[in-house]
Amino acid sequence: MSEWLQDVKDLTLKGQIKVPYTWSVGEVGSRFLVALRDEKKIIGNRCKNCSTVYVPPRKNCGRCFKDIDEWVELGSKGIVTAYTIVRYDYPLQPTKAPFAYAIIKLDGADVGFVHIIKEGLDKLKMGTRVRASFKEDRKGNILDIDSFTII
Amino acid sequence: MARRVAIVGTGQTYHKSHRLDVNGRELINEAVTRALADCELSIADIDAIIIGNMDHFESINYVDTWSVEGSGGYMKPIMKVTTGGTTGSSVAIAGYYHVASGLFDKVLAIGWEKNSESDTTAAIVTCSDPIWDRFSYSGAIPSLATEASAYMEQYGATQEDAARVAVRERTHALNNPYAQMYNRPITIKDVMESPMLAYPIKLLDVCPRTDGACAVVFAAEGVAEKIAVRPAWVKSCSVRHTTTWFGDVDYNTGMLSLKRASKEAFEKAGIKDPVEEIDVAELYLPYSYAGLKWIEAIGFCGPGEGPKFIWDGNTDMGGKLPINPSGGVMCTNCIGATALLRVAEAAIQIMGKGEARQVPDVTNAMATGFGGCWWSDVVILGKDKPN
Ligand SMILES: [Zn+2]
Repeated sequence: MSEWLQDVKDLTLKGQIKVPYTWSVGEVGSRFLVALRDEKKIIGNRCKNCSTVYVPPRKNCGRCFKDIDEWVELGSKGIVTAYTIVRYDYPLQPTKAPFAYAIIKLDGADVGFVHIIKEGLDKLKMGTRVRASFKEDRKGNILDIDSFTII
Repeated sequence: MARRVAIVGTGQTYHKSHRLDVNGRELINEAVTRALADCELSIADIDAIIIGNMDHFESINYVDTWSVEGSGGYMKPIMKVTTGGTTGSSVAIAGYYHVASGLFDKVLAIGWEKNSESDTTAAIVTCSDPIWDRFSYSGAIPSLATEASAYMEQYGATQEDAARVAVRERTHALNNPYAQMYNRPITIKDVMESPMLAYPIKLLDVCPRTDGACAVVFAAEGVAEKIAVRPAWVKSCSVRHTTTWFGDVDYNTGMLSLKRASKEAFEKAGIKDPVEEIDVAELYLPYSYAGLKWIEAIGFCGPGEGPKFIWDGNTDMGGKLPINPSGGVMCTNCIGATALLRVAEAAIQIMGKGEARQVPDVTNAMATGFGGCWWSDVVILGKDKPN
């Protein structure tokens, strides 16, 4: 070992990058978010080729690689197909712990909808029925749905 | 037709949570120097370099050029490949493709990470779609925990079953001085008593954050035999991606990408009965429950049979199919290097260089990579040249 190493203290330097972004939602996603914001409605769409009902809706089916043009209005109810109860707080999380992240199969949809559940966590199971509960002040984003509540 | 390709040398750093004695370039250099020493080549012998790490982890976006002092890439063809968790297996597979194409004879693949330099979760959430998933479903732990709770409800698996996997990884790491968790054994009780993060995942069910690097040298048939006494031949590779939507994943069935990638890789390698023909596996298991459920997707046992397969000792050292003799991802997780370490460790097993962690008589070894929204890589290495 070189002698100079004995006297070295390893330094670290602090830095932070904060970059603003403006993400394009696209026409199809915009229609979904406007319906959430203005009508408290959840809409999806159906691929004619494979019949999959997607929510949020997609411009094209990723599996079939075909454009989608059939809109489907879904209710605000569905079942929990998988979930986790988060016990730690982290600034990027949508609410304070404890809360659940859940995969919710909305009635009439074929894919899961990811969202959160804040109340009744001890009653949560696979198959639990839930309903979307909307915020009063809606801005046109996915968190215009405040959370899902157990029915 | 693709040329036959073998791994002829590997190198890795001694992994730690914080390697404050070196910067990223110097960390990379340690792994590269060891890989070249392992196969007795000099940097002048290397025709091209593939390098990768996680986007946003160190806030450097031109790692290919930034790292030349460390990688030895000055005035060489370099490509950066970054695919999230699978970055390490992607650089390995890209290295293989380069040599198999016939355009390069000797290629160096490098994966590295200085996980200590950033907020891992803040960086990792950039893998989630910013409009649909990032703010309603963020971070690596929640999606894994969702899968785990569904698996438990479906098959009656328990938290103790998962803890058994965590204990296996730490026990195996007793044989691997390179592992971050070297000489830090744990018990099932330790795992069960560790703090709950997101049900059912507790602190000791998940991988650590690591500073580390790994480098692997690939060489073409005709060249490889002259470099290595026992090259580790690439028998097959397979890559499968799904979609970006976390809600599109079916958490109630086996991981589709891993199922499909394994099936293709086994077929290409001529492996009909994986549990009999694979002698050792280095699997990208970022958390304990993956050690139960994902081995079912690979086909080592049937759906729901993971816990029994583990408790019977099949995957321990000395068992029928030792998994992660190195201690795996739960003992070392320098993310951009993590999946390359799986490939390197599988090669080490074929080459007979595993020392205390060596599994006897390895003919076929398997390595996997796992990434973000459930995508998978599989690499099969063999002692014998592929057909
Ligand atoms: Zn379709």
